[in-house]
This record gives sequence, C-alpha cells and structure tokens, in this order.
Amino acid sequence: MGQILTTGAVLPLVVLIAALALGGYFLARKRALASAKGDSRNLHSLPSYYGYNALMSVAVPALLVLGIWLLVQPMLVQSSVVDMIPASAVPEGSSVNLIMSDVRRLADGLDAAVSTGVISADDATGLSAADDLRAWLAERGVALGADVSPEVLEAAQAYREMTATGNFWRNILVALIALVALMLVLRETNKDFRARNRVEGGIKALLILAASLAILTTVGIVLSMLFETINFFNLHPWTDFFFGSSWAPNFRGDSDLSILPLLWGTLYISFIALLVAVPIGLFAAIYLSEYAGPKVRATAKPLLEILAGIPTIVYGLFALLTVGPFLVNVFGRGDAGLLGVDWMSGATSVLTAGLVMGIMLIPFVSSLSDDIINAVPQSLRDGSFGLGATQSETIRQVVIPAALPGIVGAVLLAASRAIGETMIVVLGAGAIARISGNPLEAMTTITTRIVSQLTGDSDFASPETLVAFALGLTLFVLTLGLNVLALYIVRKYREQYE
Amino acid sequence: MSDIPNPAAPFADPRGASLLKQDGRTKRRNAAEGRFKLYGIVAITIGLLMLLTLLFTIISRGTGAFQQTYVTLSVPLLEDKLDKNGNRNLEDIKKVSTFGYSPLLNAAFENKIETAGIDSDLKAKAMAGILSKDAAAQLRDHVLANPELIGSDAEFEFLTNSRVDGYLKGRVSRDSIANDKNISAEQLDLVDALIADGSIEKRFNLDFITGADASDARPEAAGMGVAMIGSFAMMLVVLVLALPIGVAASIYLEEFAPKNWITDIIEVNISNLAAVPSIVFGILGLAVFINYMHLPNSAPLVGGLVLTLMTLPTIIISTRASLKSVPPSIRDAALGVGASKMQSVFHHVLPLAAPGILTGTIIGLAQALGETAPLLLIGMVGFIASNPPESIAEGLMSPNSAMPAQIYEWAKRADPAFYERAWGGIIILLVFLISMNAIAVLLRRRFERRW
Repeated sequence: MGQILTTGAVLPLVVLIAALALGGYFLARKRALASAKGDSRNLHSLPSYYGYNALMSVAVPALLVLGIWLLVQPMLVQSSVVDMIPASAVPEGSSVNLIMSDVRRLADGLDAAVSTGVISADDATGLSAADDLRAWLAERGVALGADVSPEVLEAAQAYREMTATGNFWRNILVALIALVALMLVLRETNKDFRARNRVEGGIKALLILAASLAILTTVGIVLSMLFETINFFNLHPWTDFFFGSSWAPNFRGDSDLSILPLLWGTLYISFIALLVAVPIGLFAAIYLSEYAGPKVRATAKPLLEILAGIPTIVYGLFALLTVGPFLVNVFGRGDAGLLGVDWMSGATSVLTAGLVMGIMLIPFVSSLSDDIINAVPQSLRDGSFGLGATQSETIRQVVIPAALPGIVGAVLLAASRAIGETMIVVLGAGAIARISGNPLEAMTTITTRIVSQLTGDSDFASPETLVAFALGLTLFVLTLGLNVLALYIVRKYREQYE
Repeated sequence: MSDIPNPAAPFADPRGASLLKQDGRTKRRNAAEGRFKLYGIVAITIGLLMLLTLLFTIISRGTGAFQQTYVTLSVPLLEDKLDKNGNRNLEDIKKVSTFGYSPLLNAAFENKIETAGIDSDLKAKAMAGILSKDAAAQLRDHVLANPELIGSDAEFEFLTNSRVDGYLKGRVSRDSIANDKNISAEQLDLVDALIADGSIEKRFNLDFITGADASDARPEAAGMGVAMIGSFAMMLVVLVLALPIGVAASIYLEEFAPKNWITDIIEVNISNLAAVPSIVFGILGLAVFINYMHLPNSAPLVGGLVLTLMTLPTIIISTRASLKSVPPSIRDAALGVGASKMQSVFHHVLPLAAPGILTGTIIGLAQALGETAPLLLIGMVGFIASNPPESIAEGLMSPNSAMPAQIYEWAKRADPAFYERAWGGIIILLVFLISMNAIAVLLRRRFERRW
C-alpha cells in the first residue's frame, strides 16, 4: 500500500482521474434525469450537458494541480538537496550540477531496484557508502559518473525521501480534489442547474487558450533569443557585433563576431533575388490580370504557383548542382569556359544563390501583385480608355500608379522572405564572410551562420555558439519590421478603394 | 499634371487625316502596346521555363536512384570457414566476423570467371572489389538467418559498388576513373564481361525507398525509408496538435472574439508569425524544447512540435477563411430555432466549413513536410538511423532524420553517387507533396459549396 501511494508514476493517477470523470458523466446525467422524473423536457439543458459538466469539473482542476505539481516538485527537491552538498564534496574540475545528476541517478537507481524487488525498501535506506554501489548499480544498468561518496549517498537518500513524501502528498491531494469535485458537482446537479452555460463557458476558455498560443509563441521566440543574446553580450562586446568588420569565429576563443559581413551577404543576395523576381513577377502579374484570357490565366497562374510550393531544399540542390556549375561554365574555367574568362572558381556564389532565390520568389511577387492589380477599380480603367489611351498606356499611367503602394508592399514581403531564406543560401552561397561587390564570389549570410554555429556539438556557454541567438534576434527584428511595414502599406492601400 | 497634353505641341492636323491610315504617332503607340504585351508574355515564359528546367533536372538526375546494379554470384558457403566445429551452433557461427566472409566472396568470383569462361588478369580480391562494401555483411546476415545453408553453394544478388553502378548508368567512364582509387579499368573490363554473361544487371531498387541511410563509403546501400518514417512521425504530431489548436483558435477569433485590443494583438501576431523565417522557429525549438525542457535531441517529437508552431498560422488563416465563407443565415437560422451560440457553431457552421478546413490543413502539412531549416537546428541531420523504429513511441522519441534533412545530408557528402540519391529523394518528396496537394484540390472540388 505504501508503495502505491508514494509511486512517482503519473499514469495510475491519470487513469483514476479519467475513471472518476467518466463515472461523473454517467452519474450526473442519471441524477439530472432522475430529478426531472425521467422526462428530459423538464431539464434546463440537454441531459448530456450535465454529464459533460461533471466530466469537466472533475478532470480540469485535478489535472491542473497535477501538472503544476509535476513542474514544481523537482525544482523544490533539487534546491533543498543542493544545499545539503557541502562545497568540499565537489571534486576539482566538477560542478554541483554534475554531482546533482549523479545524486538523481543514484536515487532513481535505488528506487528502480526497490520496485523490481532486488532489494527491500528497508535495506535501500540502510545502505552505506562503503558498499560498492557504483559497481552494484552498473550491473543493473545504472551508470554513475563517479564513485559514491557518503555525501552523495546522503543527498540521494534525502532526495528519495523528499520525492517520496512529495509523491505521497501529490497522489493524495490530486485524488482528493477529483473526489471532492465529483461530490460537489453531483450535489449541484438537478433539473434547474444551468449545465449548458457552464460547459459552454469551459469550451470558450479552451478556445481562448488556443488563440493565445500565437502570442505565447511570439513571446517564446523573443524571450528565448533575448536571454541568450544578453548572455552573448556579456561575453562579447556589443560594439564588435554591430560595428566590427570581420567574422572569424574561433572555438579557442578570441573570435571576431561581427554581423556586418553577414548582413552584407544577406542583403546582396536578396537584392539579386529581387532583381530577378520583381520584373518577371510584376510583368507576369500584369499580363495575367490585364491581357490574358480566362483559359491562359487558368493554366498559367497555377503553374507559376507550383514554383512557390516546391520545398526550398530542392532549390538549394538546384543551386548547388545545376545553376552553380552552369555559371562556372560561363564565367569561369578560363579558356575552357563559354566566355573564356576566369572570374569564378567555385559553384557557390552570390549570383548562384540570388538567381535561384529569384526563381523561388517569382510566384510570390506575381500572386500578390495580381491580387492588388485586380483590386484596382474597373472604373479607373474605363475612364482612361474613354480618353483614348491604349491598354498599355492605361496600365502604365493609371493602373500601376494606383496599385503602387500595394506592389511596394508585395516587394517588401518578398524581401523579407529572401532575407530569412535558409536552405538556398546554405547550399548555394558559400561559407566565406566578406564584404565585396563581386557577385561571382562566395559570401555568407545570417541564416547560414546560424545553422553552422548551432549544428553539431555546441557549447552553450561560448560566445561562438551564443552569437547564433543574437543573429537570430536580428533576423527576427529585421523581417518583422519589413512585414509590419508591408502589411501596413497593403492595408492602407486596400482601404483606399473600399 | 504632366499627362495633360500641351496644346502648343505640334499635333498633326486631325482634319483631313484618314482613320484608315495610321499616322506616325499612332504607329508608335501601337508598337509600344505590342512591346508591353510581349514583356508580359516573356515574363510568364521565363517563369514556366524555369519550372520546366527544374522539373527536367529533378527527373533526369533523380530517376537513376531508383535503379541499382546487382551482380548475381553463387557463393560456396565453406563449412571450414564458417563453422569450424561443424555443430551448427549459432553462437560459434556468430563469432565469424564480416571480415571472415570476404574469402568466400573472392572464391565466388574465381568460380564465376571459370564457369563463364572470362579471361581476367585480376586477382580474386580485386574482382571482389567491384562489390559493395555491404556485400560481406549481407552474406553474413543471410547465413546467420539460415545456418542450414552452410556447406552448400547459395545464389546471391549483391549490390555492386557505386563506381560500377555509375558505369552502368553512364556517370562513370573509363576517362573519368583515371585517378580513382576505388576502381580500375581492368575491373571495368570484368564488369563488361559479366554484363555480357548476364550476371550483372541494373534493375529497380526497392531498398532506396524502404531502406535506411548508409555511411559515406556505401552510397549504393543508402535509402530513404527510415527518414520517411521520421517525417511521418512528425506529420502525426503536427496533425494531432495543429489541427485541433488551429481550429479552436480560428473559431474563437472568427465567431466569439469581441472587437478589442487583445483580439487585435492576437490577429496581428498570427499574420506576423506566418511570415517569420522558419529558421527562427528552429532556434525557438532548440532553446525551449531541447535546452529548457530537455526533450531528446533529434527526436521527431521535437521536430513535430517546432513544425506545429510553424504550421499553426497557415491553418488558422485558412480555417478562418472557410468559417467566414459560411453565410450568416446559417447561424441565424440555428439561433432562431433556439440553439445557443456554441451549438450553432459546433453543430452547423463547423461541419459546413470542414472541407475548407481539411484542405487548408493538408496544404499546411505539405508545407511542413518540405521544411528543412528548423530541423537542422534541432539535430535531425548528420547521423545514420540504421533501423526503423519498432513502436510509435519509439518513432517519436528515438533520434531520426526526416526526408528533406536526409536530402540535405546527401547533398553535403560531395559524392556524385550521393547527389543522385539526393535528386531521387527529391522525387520521393515531391511525389508526397503532389499527392497531398492533389487530395486537397479534389476535396475542394468535391465538397466545396458555393452559397
């Protein structure tokens, strides 16, 4: 019995709550019907609402308390056990955290041994550090980082005891809450009880919770990056990050970590991408919305939009293996190349990534511009035609000026896409950080550096890893600013014609 | 404005000019019209041409991955090599490592050229060099599974190594291997002879679709299957979390939310989240799920959670659109016969909006399936998951890769044989994306109502 009450496992408790809640459903339903003398027309709500009300009232508070307890208890136990370990017990080159993880593992190992019956509960409490516990546990699949010292054993025993006490009260309390809730909800269940309103209130709370997840995500993004960025600026001067001139991470320390070369690469590649995407996308949109017949429009528009649905990894591979070698054939390889010049040595370059990213952005620009051009009122065109303008004159002098704010918004959205794009530049742009005007050279971008600083074994205490968070935050602020500006422009423009 | 014609400008006298004969100015204007239209056509053509080039490149470079070169050999499973005691004790047979199986392969080649009458100056070991490095392991696994075969000759189909495979596919030629340590011209002569003999052939390779990734030295054995399972596990998480949360959030925002500043903040937030670069979600996942919550690195569960957060805005936006398209008369009618607001939404509006919601969800899932960048940050790349997981829980928690991450991994390995597999992987990925989008379109066609 004692073992069942102090168990750390959550499943039995959840099963108990579920059983009580389900029982509550049927009991409450029956009780409500009984109070209405079996005629559901006398009830305030449909019978099932009484059931749902009971189900909700039993499960929600009990699960809530359980969840909070699960989060809080380990923290409390941990902090009080940490105080028990004297500084002298921490060996040279180790830390309290490492000792604590040993304490936890030892405690869990002992608990596992007790629960499988290898050792009785009393024997486990009476163990002394003189027994070779490390080897004994290793035989049972529990690996410890160091030999068990008396302090660690003592801490582990205290840890076990506190956890057991905590689990005991948790199990009692949660079960009690569920039971009391069940009794209360059954007591208030009668034919006049407004069960539906209560249930609908609960559902509405759930809906609000789901909707606020969006805010939570944004807060999570900002906070998670902000904290690490502050850590980074504690280790590395912010002046070097924002105003330094070179990017040379060095995992032995003393690195140059300046965002400027990365920002230059990012903006240069995005600029080339927009140089490709904006004219093509814009002219495609103009043709589709002003000239094309319904048949051409119905085939060409979805076909162009396929380009937007292709995963970016495909474009990345296309840049690395097709466009890059093609450009090298044209601009590189000396006399063997098409132009007979030797300007380009490797397949990765600003031009490679920019061209391919431009292709990716074509449908983005064209769809958005298409919508905006279509939103220009027909009366403007008719007026222009009435004055004798040709169609192209109408488009150039009436439609485009009227749609210009929206088109600018679309281009800004495309630019924010280009700045945040990762896979194309990881595969196509190269890894050398430099500020140069030559589009045939390899350069690197913010997103590429985030990937390379955070993949592999990273040490979250070194500025070389933490810089990725500062880069991420900069990227987030940059794209957010562009998006907000673009949405503001588009929205303002839309209102103009409504 | 400047567009107003200047009356002093030298216009041709309109009187006396014929409508049928164009004057110079009209011709210029018409030519400009034609040019402008041409620009549009050229723009669309360039766009479509790019699409065609992309698809052509993918298909022409990727289809090779679905075929692989096999060599059929009869291997003498010598008892004195594999089971010295002769008692068929499985423990004893297991003691023979893959290294101990190589002599059998050499012997098999010697038999082969003898029976086929092929002339070759190559040593048996060099002949066995045309096989994949996987061959000995394959042989060992088969013997351990069927120990009764020891002592007899058994027919086997082995993968050849990637150079021989490339030779059959035209990727490798006698000129290109001049500096290649892995294959020699004599070995290619042997391959030619074996092709003539019919023992080497290229055929469909199911292992590429179902198999696991292989190490750098064995591109011929690498497959997409385990990464595919990783992707499915992530999609499961996304579906289970993003659909209910997305629908609940949209219902609140579209049907219940009062018009106030909190609602405004939520709405602006959602439209901004939709445009946040995907890599930022990767950073979030790394910081929150892995560093803070200590969920296992590289687990599809974490990938699924990150992709859920990324897909939510897409699902919310499309769900709201389809809720909005249900006419208010439906709600009014429900309210009129005494339903509560909640009942009118859940019993009438939601079922009517369901096809649109489903379509939006499928498109959101397709987007998540092709996403790579956030997966790189949470470590779903750079290792080899050799076995498919055994249960759903293990599939969610044990390290795995995902299809796009696997493609990235192959693209990084800088070996033409892996490039071919990367393109082949893209074909598989695109097949999934196209079928998902096709299902979405079909659903929309079949169930969409116009009010």
